[in-house]
Order: sequence, then C-alpha cells, then structure tokens
Amino acid sequence: MVTRAQKKTEKKAAKKEKRAGESRARKWTRRSFIGAGAVAGLAASGALVVGIAIRPGDRTDDLAKFVTDGDEQLVTTWVKIAPDNTVTAIIPHGEMGQGIHTALSAMLAEEMEADWDAMEIMEAPAEKAFANFELGREFLIGGANIPNALFDTVNGLMLTAAKSMDLQITGGSTSVRFTGVGAMMTAGAAARELLLEAASKQWDVPLSELRAEKSYIYHGDKKAPFAEFAVTAAGLKPNLRPKLKKRSEYKLLGQSLPRVDIPSKVNGTAKFGIDAQVEGMKYGTVMAAPVHGQSVAKLNASDAKSMPGVIGVYNMGDYVAVVADGYWQAKQALDYVEVEWTKAETDNANEDTIFAQYANAIETGKKKVLHKAGNVTKGFEGAASVYEAEYTVPYLAHACMEPMNATAWVRDGKCDLWTGTQNPLGTRMVTAKTLDMDPENVTLHTAFMGGGFGRRSTPDYTNQAVQVAAKAGVPVKLIWSREETTQQDHYRPSVLGRFKAGLDAEGMPTSWESTFVHKMDPPEASAVFYDIPNVKAQYAESPTHVRLGPWRSVDHTQHGYFTESFIDELAVNAKMDGYEFRRKLLKNKPRHLKVLETAAKMADWGKTLPAGQAQGISITESFMTIVAEVVTVDMSQGEPRVLHVACAADAGMAVNPDGFKAQMESGIIYGLTAALYGEITIADGAVEQSNFHDYPMVRMDTAPEIDVEIISSDARIGGAGEPGTPPIAPAVANAVFKATGKRIRQLPLSRHDFGAAS
Amino acid sequence: MVQLTVNGKAQNIDIDPDTPVLWAVREQLGLNGTKFGCGASLCGACTVHIDGEPVRSCVTPLSEAEGKEVTTIEGIAAPDGTLHAVQEAWIKHQVPQCGYCQSGQIMSAVALLKENPDPSDEDIDTAMAGNVCRCGMYTRIKAAIKTAAQDA
Repeated sequence: MVTRAQKKTEKKAAKKEKRAGESRARKWTRRSFIGAGAVAGLAASGALVVGIAIRPGDRTDDLAKFVTDGDEQLVTTWVKIAPDNTVTAIIPHGEMGQGIHTALSAMLAEEMEADWDAMEIMEAPAEKAFANFELGREFLIGGANIPNALFDTVNGLMLTAAKSMDLQITGGSTSVRFTGVGAMMTAGAAARELLLEAASKQWDVPLSELRAEKSYIYHGDKKAPFAEFAVTAAGLKPNLRPKLKKRSEYKLLGQSLPRVDIPSKVNGTAKFGIDAQVEGMKYGTVMAAPVHGQSVAKLNASDAKSMPGVIGVYNMGDYVAVVADGYWQAKQALDYVEVEWTKAETDNANEDTIFAQYANAIETGKKKVLHKAGNVTKGFEGAASVYEAEYTVPYLAHACMEPMNATAWVRDGKCDLWTGTQNPLGTRMVTAKTLDMDPENVTLHTAFMGGGFGRRSTPDYTNQAVQVAAKAGVPVKLIWSREETTQQDHYRPSVLGRFKAGLDAEGMPTSWESTFVHKMDPPEASAVFYDIPNVKAQYAESPTHVRLGPWRSVDHTQHGYFTESFIDELAVNAKMDGYEFRRKLLKNKPRHLKVLETAAKMADWGKTLPAGQAQGISITESFMTIVAEVVTVDMSQGEPRVLHVACAADAGMAVNPDGFKAQMESGIIYGLTAALYGEITIADGAVEQSNFHDYPMVRMDTAPEIDVEIISSDARIGGAGEPGTPPIAPAVANAVFKATGKRIRQLPLSRHDFGAAS
Repeated sequence: MVQLTVNGKAQNIDIDPDTPVLWAVREQLGLNGTKFGCGASLCGACTVHIDGEPVRSCVTPLSEAEGKEVTTIEGIAAPDGTLHAVQEAWIKHQVPQCGYCQSGQIMSAVALLKENPDPSDEDIDTAMAGNVCRCGMYTRIKAAIKTAAQDA
C-alpha cells in the first residue's frame, strides 16, 4: 500500500509542476470538497467552529492537489473516496514500526463503515493543514483537564499555536490517542453521515431507513457503493460533531489486524529513507565536530580529494562532508581528511564536571515547582522520620538501526528531499530556511523509518543532506556512519535527582519532595500518583553543551526509575513487601491497583525461586497508559540476567491488541538495554562511545521472555509506543536489590560490580 | 571487474574489489533489501549468504565473493514468488516493527534452519545473537523460527 502511496506522491510532484502551467479549467472548486475549511479543523477534534473562525479562507483547494488524483474526491483532509469505491485514509504520522498506519486507518474505517480489506493508506504530505495540533496542545498545556465548555477555544488557540510551531510530529505516543480518536474517528463518522444523507437525497428515502456497511449504503435489499454518493455528499455541510460508536459496537477496533506494512518488511521491498533512488545521485558522508559547538579550524583534504571516485570534500563549518560515486568511496576518503577543530570551553567537560554542575544547580540554582500538593515543609516537620536518596542516569543515544540519512536534490530554486522523519513539517520548514526558499518549493518524500524513538524528530541530518547537495550541485544521498550516528545524537539527558520522604511511625510516606535537573516533556513525568498528601516536585535548569532530544517516553525514563526505586526503598525501610506497600498507597486508585495486581498475579509474585534469583516490581503511568512490570532476575552468574518480564497494561482500550502487545515487548527491551548497559559518557567534551561494541544492546541471547496482559477499562485511549519503557529499569533494579542487597542508585547496571558468580 | 552470481543471476561488477559486498549489491545492483547498520560486523543487518553461508556483507570485500553465489533477501523466495517458510512465519508472528534489521534476521534464520532444521532455544540464541533488533522483537523472532522449523 505504501509503495503505491509513495509512487503517487512522486507522480503528484510531477503533476503539480505540470498543473501549474495548465489553465484553471481543472481547478478544484469549493463544492468539490466536503467541509472545505472546516474539515481541517475537524481533523483534530470537535473544535470546528472556532477553528474556522480563527482561520479564515478555504485552503482545501490547495490541499487537494497534493493528495488527489484524477477524479478522486477529497472527502475530508483525512479520507478520500475513488470512483472505484476505494477508500483511502490519509495518515499524518510516519511509520516507524509502531503499526500506526494500520491502527489509524482501522479507526477511520470503523466509524466510516468502510471496507477495511479494500482500503488504501497514504502518508500525508508535509502540508500545514495536516499539522498535528493535538500533539502541540498536549505538549503546551500538558494534558491539563480542560472544562468541556472551553474545549473549542482551547483547540482553536492551539490550532494556531501548533501551526506556527510546524507540528506534524510522530511522537509522545499521540498518534492513536489524539489523531486517532480526535481526527480519524471523527472524520470517519462525519463522512459516513454525509454519505448517508447524500443517499437519502439521491434515493429519496428517509435517512433512518439507510445503513452503511463495508463501503456500501443499503436500503433494504438495494445497495450502492459509497462512490456513487461522493459528489452529492460533497455539497452537504458536514456535521461537526458526528455520533461516534460505543466501544461495544466496534467491529474492527479491538481486533488484532495484521499490520499492513509487514509483508514488504520480510521480502526486502520496504522502502526506508536510505533506499531512495534518484537519477544521477551521488553519495555523501560526514564527520561533525566531536565536541558539540566546535567548528573546523583547519582542513587538509588533498589526499582525500585525489582518491578514486571522490567528487568533492567540503568544509561545512561545523562538519566536513565528502561526496563520491559510492558510500564506500566517500567513507574511505573521509578517513583521509585531516581536520583541526576550534577550541571550545567545553573541551574539558567530562562526567565529573557535568554532574558537579547538576549538583550545584540543585543546591544553589533557581528551582521551578512542577507539582505541588499539601505542604511538604509542614509534612517534614511532623514526620516521624525522613528518608533520602540520590539517583543518577546517564546520557543515552537512540541507536536507531537505520543510520541517519537523507537524500536531497537542490536545483532551480527547488528542493526535493527523501527521508524517514518523525517531523515532516518541521523538516520542510528547516530546509526552506536553510536554502532561503519558500516552503512551497520544498517537496518532502517520506519513507519508512528504520527506528525513530524520538531521534528522527530532529532534522539535523536532513539539513546536512540539503546543504551538501546544494554545494555539490547533484542529488546526494548523505549517510552517516554508525559512529557518527552514535556520536552526533540528540541524547536523553543525564540526570541527577534527589528524593526526600517524610514518613509516619509505620514508615508510610506522608511527604514527598523531589529535586532534579532538566525538564523536557511531558510535565506529569515527575508527578506521583501514590496517595501521599504533601508533594513537591521541582527542577533546576542546568544545560550543558551536549545536545538533548526526546528519547522513547522522554522524561518518564528517568522519573520512572527514580520514583519506583525510591518507593521500593521506602518499602524496604518500612520492612514491607514492595508489592503490598504499593497496594496500600494505591487503595484509592482502582485502575492502578488492578494493573499492579494483574502483573503480580501473572508472575506469581512472592513465589520461591532458585538461589540467586529474585523478583522486582514497578508501576508507572505515562501517556495515559498504566503499566506494571514484574521481572525475574538471575544474579547467579555475577551479573544481572533478566529471565522473565510479566507486563500488565491498561490503555483504556487496545485498538490493535497484538500490535499493542508488540509495543509493550518493544518498549521493555528498549528500556532493558538502557537499564543494563545504556551509557553515553563525555570525555574531553566528546562522546566516547561509537558503535555497538561499546554501546551494547540486548540481543537474542540476553532477551527475557515477555508476557503481556491487556486490561480494558472505560478510560480514554492511552499511548502504546512508549509506556512499556519506564517501568523496566526500576523493576530490574528492585529485583537486583532483592537478590543481592545492593541498591542501584546509578544506571546502568553494568557500572556496578556484583562480585563473582555464586 | 568481479564476476559472481547474485540471486541466481550472473553479474560482472566493475568496482574496486575491496568494496564491501553490501555496497556493491545496494549501489551497483540496486538490491536495497540488504541493510547498512554498523559497518563493523556488529549488528547483522547486512547479512547475506555466500555459497549458502551467512556473512556480514558490510565487512566482506567483493573480491571474496568472486566466482561465488551470493544470495540476498530478494533471492530467498521461490522464483514464482512463493515466500520462504521463514518469511511466512515472520508474517504469521507479526515479527517486524520498524523492519530495518529484518532482512538480516531472516537471512540468519534461513541459514540456521538449513544447518539445523530443529533448533533448540540455545541453538537459536547462539545463531541469532549477532543480529540486533532495536525494536526488541526477540521473542517473536524465536517463535517464528520454531514455526518455520515445523512448517519447512
């Protein structure tokens, strides 16, 4: 499906150019489209009225040319119907293995009553009307509870904010939560209602006697395809708040649908960014300043330039690029380039200076309070005892399997860019800015991502491709080596966190204070859902020269580890079982309690284990999904080996249960790699690690067995891609403590010596 | 000029014979299913078969494939397009997520099953430990290899 979509996008780019020179005879009229300007508002949720009011003008005409072909009707910005009755879902998110093309198109099909088996999927082009403003809203206001009466206003404001921020981001586990629920389902239902209304007019029968099923409208025994009503429907005004189904009425959602992208991923035909093919294309590779902030002081490229196949060696300011006939030739030549980098103050930075800076920020810097309840000062005064602990986590690289890459062709005031990105609109804007072009002249061709995890939301790699292609004057496929990919990442921050609890006579916490450095997103990551009356969570800014970026589950990675380690310490201090301690603190949180109890039951919590083995438990809530994990760790060989993970998760509803389980499995392994080995260290200002030998991964022989149980509740649909990650590190550390008596307050576990095998 | 057979087809590749097989199949032959991951034989994404043996094509010079039979992910299915049992099992277990490592995983799995039609968990651990899956689909890969072993 995607191959066709990609072909179409390319075909469309050609058509677009052709069309510019044609007469206006083919001009799409307003009446050709359902909803017109309103639909872009419909795209995100029910916030349509305000959306129109603040965004005058009808841009649907502009949109149509990017996504429609021939006689297809653009029904809304999210769905179109072809004359052959094929329904195409236009998905505003990139596929990086999270199964989002499948999940979102199923959400649309469910409400539209479209025939899932005959549906097509197209990734939305990088156009502003596809901006994912729900994501912006979530990040800007932090998912705060907004009174329903204000919802339209908030959405309206956010539409403006998100568009100005150029959001079309795949991240924050928002695709299903917001685009799916807010846009795809609403658009599907609105489209269904329009088609039914159109059929009622065309057939002159009461609306109540009609029904839609599998892309057909039925009246008794009479039936006709959706396509027959598309034109009439286009002239009708869409219901901006269509009636959505109850979960009990779902036919597709809640079923494990086979992912649409999988067949191409087993026979080598799936097209990733690195697989772009452009006529006349050359290959480039780069070496960027090892210390972020340095630039080229002196460059000697004479040896490199004389190597076979080399087209050019370029001083690009803070990096050096080689372009050659092939990647291998470019890489070989790059090894012969001699570069001196400018001196920077950060040349002496290392782990000690960075963590000393953090400690200083926490002790003397200005703090901002993120969460507050009760009065911690009074709480500590009245406490029977106070318990404190300090934790640290290191920088982490994303280590996407597909090294960073992009292919660019800059000519005649235009730029074509082929890449896998979590942030197409941002990429397009940055490209336009770099080339000093109007964004309309930048065409982005998106492809599958060989891993994203947050890394591919920062368009630095695409920008290099654009700059180098402009300099070389030919299309250039720019590929980073693995070493470059590891050393020029935008890292999960290293973090220092200090925790303090005021305890009652039984050792139960009555006050909780956390002070830490760094805050990205989401703000609730440092909140505590346990029943503790006095809470204060605060942070100090302490930026270093090391670039930071979102890393799978973002701030939840460090805070999940901090919070769930500290709670475990408090349980030990209170001489209570960690599971029972948590249950006591969650007695007013039925959803959390059920998740925790389910995981404990799955793993037979407390069972007798062989010598050297122990269980550890943790529970976190992120992106509206609650996940508890119970791990079984074996320490008998002297280093932690995770044998089994029992994972229970409540995301309200799992849209595609098998896909949801796969996401939990994936999140667990991703977080386990970080817990066991993950560590990017800084020496002399530069990243020390370079490839998989010194930035190791969990592999087949070190991967645990994983069981996942999905709990359905009536809660709003939560995320899937990230929530499996935060609980694993604390669960493992808690199990290691139980097995060895050694409390791990610094990740990764590979830093610690557990003595010889027992 | 290096002469070799790729997926059953004779090829003459006019390129520096030190060039790794990975870049020759991708850039000279346009077979993009074989992936670049690490360039140092550390991740397995580039795994192909040379005379039936799994090799990391990112560190194997083209000269070593001279006169030999190279098989890539594109050459695993039957000529009529019927998928290999391993590919079928990969779909059945919905193994791939991002999918980038899967060509290499499948090539390693096919080689394993050829050598050992009924592998134990330990055999699978050993044979597949060289292939990193950053999406962490190891339990599914293991299950799919067992399914393929039964179906083959």
